[in-house]
Amino acid sequence: MSLTDSYQFANENRISAGRQLLQRLHLDLPLLLALLVLAIIGGFVLYSASDRGTDLLIRHALRLLIGFIIMVGIAQLQPDTIRHWSPWLYALGLLLLLAVLAFGQTGGGARRWLDFGLFRFQPSEIMKLAVPMMLAWYLCIAAIPPSPKRLLVALILLIVPTLLIARQPDLGTALLIASAGFFVLFLAGLRWRFILGALVALTASTPLVWNYLLHDYQRQRVLTFLNPELEPLGSGYHIIQSTIAIGSGGIHGKGWLNGTQAHLDFLPERSTDFIFAVYSEEFGLLGVLLLLFFYGVLITRGLMIAAQAQDTYSRLLAGSVTLTFFIYVLVNIGMVSGLMPVVGVPLPLISYGGTSIVTLMAGFGILMSIQTHRRLIST
Amino acid sequence: MPRNTRPALKDNLRETALFNRRLLVASIGVGILTAILISRMFYLQVVNQAHFSTLSENNRVNLLPIPPTRGLIYDRNGIVLAQNQPSFTLTLVPEHIPDLDATLARLQNLIQLTDADIERFHRYRRQKRRFEGIPLRFRLTDEEVARISVDQYRLPGVEIKAELARHYPLGKLASHAIGYVGRISENELDDINTANYSATTHIGKVGVERYYEEELHGEVGYQRVETNAQGRILRVLERTLPKPGKNLYLNLDARLQEIAEQSFEDENGALIAMDPTNGAVLALASLPTYDPNLFVNGIDSVTYRELTSSIERPLFNRALRGQYPPGSTLKPFLGLASLETEALRPDHEMKCRGWYKLKNDERRYRDWKEEGHGKTDLSKAITESCDVYFYELSFELGIDNIHKYLSRFGLGKRTGIDIRGEMPGLLPSREWKRRTRNQPWFHGETLITGIGQGFMLTTPLQLASITATLSQRGQRQTPRMLYAIQDASTNEFKVQDSKPLEPIQDIKQDHWQTVIKAMRDVIHGRTGTARGTGYGMEYEAAGKTGTAQVFGIAQDEEYVEEDVVKHLRDHGLFISFAPVDDPRIVVAVIVENGGSGSSSAAPIARKIMDHYLLNQDPPHEPD
Repeated sequence: MSLTDSYQFANENRISAGRQLLQRLHLDLPLLLALLVLAIIGGFVLYSASDRGTDLLIRHALRLLIGFIIMVGIAQLQPDTIRHWSPWLYALGLLLLLAVLAFGQTGGGARRWLDFGLFRFQPSEIMKLAVPMMLAWYLCIAAIPPSPKRLLVALILLIVPTLLIARQPDLGTALLIASAGFFVLFLAGLRWRFILGALVALTASTPLVWNYLLHDYQRQRVLTFLNPELEPLGSGYHIIQSTIAIGSGGIHGKGWLNGTQAHLDFLPERSTDFIFAVYSEEFGLLGVLLLLFFYGVLITRGLMIAAQAQDTYSRLLAGSVTLTFFIYVLVNIGMVSGLMPVVGVPLPLISYGGTSIVTLMAGFGILMSIQTHRRLIST
Repeated sequence: MPRNTRPALKDNLRETALFNRRLLVASIGVGILTAILISRMFYLQVVNQAHFSTLSENNRVNLLPIPPTRGLIYDRNGIVLAQNQPSFTLTLVPEHIPDLDATLARLQNLIQLTDADIERFHRYRRQKRRFEGIPLRFRLTDEEVARISVDQYRLPGVEIKAELARHYPLGKLASHAIGYVGRISENELDDINTANYSATTHIGKVGVERYYEEELHGEVGYQRVETNAQGRILRVLERTLPKPGKNLYLNLDARLQEIAEQSFEDENGALIAMDPTNGAVLALASLPTYDPNLFVNGIDSVTYRELTSSIERPLFNRALRGQYPPGSTLKPFLGLASLETEALRPDHEMKCRGWYKLKNDERRYRDWKEEGHGKTDLSKAITESCDVYFYELSFELGIDNIHKYLSRFGLGKRTGIDIRGEMPGLLPSREWKRRTRNQPWFHGETLITGIGQGFMLTTPLQLASITATLSQRGQRQTPRMLYAIQDASTNEFKVQDSKPLEPIQDIKQDHWQTVIKAMRDVIHGRTGTARGTGYGMEYEAAGKTGTAQVFGIAQDEEYVEEDVVKHLRDHGLFISFAPVDDPRIVVAVIVENGGSGSSSAAPIARKIMDHYLLNQDPPHEPD
């Protein structure tokens, strides 16, 4: 047994051979199992949501696979390596965001993509991880809680990319990045009076944001949220139909492939942002609780990893990644069930869609790296 | 606290405690919010389950989008370039068909069905409901429609559905300008407002169809329909009509375009005709061309491969994307630069002996005319296209001045025409060469730039644009395809403003005059290179011929056209405008591998100018 292995935090006598293998591969069993279960559930829902089409399912599986490979790759890195990369990744992300601003591809009235010929790429995805990494890196240079001056710098580091992305406009991603950054600050001991002050300032500035920062379509969505009948073909209709879908599912659900709302074309975007409505129509409250249970496993395990992490950087990052994951779940389910306005946030690991799966899996890679590279240190 | 120091152990403990407190707060927050989510679900799925179940059972009112009619495209005289035609699709409704295989076999006897058709039909069938029509064959011919109609009483569940499909009545004519529509691809789905396109199947892919997609498309309408529990439509409750797309009138003159494309006969190349006063593009030809109708409902792979693999590249828009050496057509512009900077005095004369040599350089830069032009001044050098004079001129001018003056005309930059995909050409400079090749600029390169060879590249559109600027003595206009937009519902007709660019102001009037006079003599002078083209002309025109080398000829070797394989022969170029005193049309022509500009390109330009100036119709204005 090598010296490194004898330093392993766990009691090696009790580690089974399988666990030892997982530890060697730097994988975390609870995270891995919950991810697998969610991916399988996602596959079933997606198959139903796409009217038994396999094209979407295959592409979804391919992205999951890429995400999985990236997760395993990142899990091999030392948390220290990730920390050293943080400012560079952030700088790269910022540069790409500016490039999007300059010559990005327009999509649905929004400029989000960079076209590299073979594939298109959304730099805001990098920022979902780079922002919390950067903030954690910056706050760890000195002790936490941060001094007011450092807090100010950290806020600028957070606000610049958030605004750039909000202007694209991509409100969903901007919201996720703002939360990721906020969680780092919060976990680093941001004083309560700052938080309260920010809340008051935010409320006071609402008219300004409403008039100058929001795009027409975003204003429309808020209005629609308040009065769904306003926009019969748009998101108001979506919300009406998705609540009917969820509610009619009842406790047991209508059964897999039997959702009438979904299959009679009442539900829009049913394989992407509104897939939760398909799921809860077909699997009912029991299915929803099961789904929330597995999300809960991921989140609880992530918070445990944060609590057990051995340096401030790892703690802040692990905490932020986990809590941001919760925000995905909260915002998506909240939006589909009519609790909040429609914001483009996917249901993690279930929704069909794009690059966000890869970013999510990369986040779990970071958690696994933090968990499996712990050393015994004298305290 | 000092920066970059490891926090002391005590701090570490305090930090951990702080972090854990915060993590606890966050966990409680997560717990509370999850509880809210679960209670929302409980409220929807348990408390109100009966209510929503009823709603879902009775959810019989569905919204169906109605596609807007795509705007039409006309030429300036109101000739239709793109329209919507009924197109017939054969659809089968499975629940009405007692024996599917028998029906398919019967249809097989009536019309041609390929295996691909049948395979696609079965694929769609799995995804649709039994009472929905599933397409079996698209674009039925009139004869096929007739055959099925006659037999229809024996074919329950077989329907012929009429839809509107884009049709280009002029076929291959002006296809590079008009472009075409095709089925929306997955990439394009990201780029469009999906609600507005929810009933649309086609989208502009290239040309004007693409550039003005937003204007042409219109706004989706919808109908509220009552359906039964399985989703079958029972009746329409309410209808909001779609807003049709706007009609476009182009500056293009279809008749002129036809003459342009025919004049090329079997040659390849490009032609641009423009109104220099406002930038209106009267003709935009790129040859060979293709039939845009092929792309509307998906081109079959054999035809597509033929189009893409042909060495003549019919899909390549030479007018905007073809980058050619401008050859001698560049000379008038260099002449202007020389007059302005006094690189050579305006009355400078030299003796042309058929070649030019730099000091300390053995290499001979040869003239196209072996024996030389004799005593030559600037006017004669333009009229007879003397290379030696321009070697000297550009040597004195220097690459920096060449770059400075030519970039004022807009070379090296896209003209900004309202078609996407235009190429910028290449206007070389010292800085460019250092950046891209990491090499200094050599004198010899200045010399060949002086006759429009070397690195220099221009598109036919750029040649037309700089000629327009020259004809207007410095007033610059953006080339424009669009003449007017017509609102299809109100018939309101809005003529579009021209888009002037920053004019070239610092060139003296008599310098413009000198160069334009010399260009007039190219056509009307006794020794002009295009004097053959000027024979019998009923108006006065100005022009310049050019010949662009496709491959290099070694020192002291002779270029004999007949000895050279076709695709290595020189490109013939011609730029021109008329009438000289009040220019109303500019024509730029390039004939690929056509040999000299005077014999291949100039006669084509003449035909265009003749038609436009001698039988011109005024642009279309509907009542």
